[in-house]
Amino acid sequence: MSARVIVITSGKGGVGKTTSTANISVALAKRGKKVVAVDGDIGLRNLDMVMGLENRIVYNYIDVIENNCKLPQALVQDKRLKGYLSLLPAAQTRTKDAVTPEQMIELCDKLRPEFDFVILDCPAGIEGGFRNAAAGADEALVITTPEIPAVRDADRIIGMLESMGKSPIRLIINRFRPIMVQNNDMLSQDDVLDILSVDLIGVVPEDDGVIRASNSGEPLTFEQSTPAGEAYANIAARILGENVPMLQFDANSQSFLSGFKKMFGF
Amino acid sequence: MSFFSNLLGGKSNSSAKVAKDRLTLVISHDRTDISPQLLENLRKEMIAVLTKYMEIDESNIDIGLDSNDRETSLVANIPVVRIKRGQPNR
Repeated sequence: MSARVIVITSGKGGVGKTTSTANISVALAKRGKKVVAVDGDIGLRNLDMVMGLENRIVYNYIDVIENNCKLPQALVQDKRLKGYLSLLPAAQTRTKDAVTPEQMIELCDKLRPEFDFVILDCPAGIEGGFRNAAAGADEALVITTPEIPAVRDADRIIGMLESMGKSPIRLIINRFRPIMVQNNDMLSQDDVLDILSVDLIGVVPEDDGVIRASNSGEPLTFEQSTPAGEAYANIAARILGENVPMLQFDANSQSFLSGFKKMFGF
Repeated sequence: MSFFSNLLGGKSNSSAKVAKDRLTLVISHDRTDISPQLLENLRKEMIAVLTKYMEIDESNIDIGLDSNDRETSLVANIPVVRIKRGQPNR
């Protein structure tokens, strides 16, 4: 077994990296893949809480790097998907300087033989934390929302990932609001793709369920009954190479139609 | 331009359109923003290539990126002292 190592990143903070990491990891594990979700945000860890595993952390990967424990001791098994899903937590009381990119590459290489997927949750920014998290990855998923600051930062990050040789680099558009797009008050999927010229792997609609899920520490993809949960499950399927059609929010066709109606006055 | 987009889509005033135009512009600048280190490397390599063919006045070289609305050009002003005749040394 040699894992695919995928970094989930965005540049801008607060666009859904951690939520996406948790949901995609759960969805892949539900598909029978052995997955480890790695929290790349040393000092500001949150993936543990979003996944509902915060009470079970003993060691973290800084302990592994500094030889305070063995790698299996730091891995937190998720009992809901036993044998398939693990979390490798970050240290909360350390800073980004605690590791080097070389050490992260070494850590990822230790994880590769044990898993099918290593999903790295990257911290915001383009500094050391990003470089550490991206260093060990083969592929990247870039998260943006259809808003100016997020799209601009996504473009920067895509440029940096390209120069680091990550491939494929694919885009997730998060917090998509079909009605706003329909009213021409939000960038559409096509607008964002025109601007960033990158491959799309999924569009996740704005969904109150995301906040409820993080409140309780149960990622949506455990249930999959909400729009965002379904979108994340589809993204996981596309990661596995399946040809799943994009969810249709029919905002585009509606806005086109209403444009016609306006033009002809009905 | 706005006349045509009005005619075609009737949504030139939409905030999404404004966002797309502003982003397209600023990202085209972001993408061609070059770090001083990279520019210095480019300069050294260009000089190395050029000096195979001509003698140039290295102290008066001016290299930079010039952006206007939609396009970016590499602008180099390199004074030539003398062209080297015959085959360049490889």
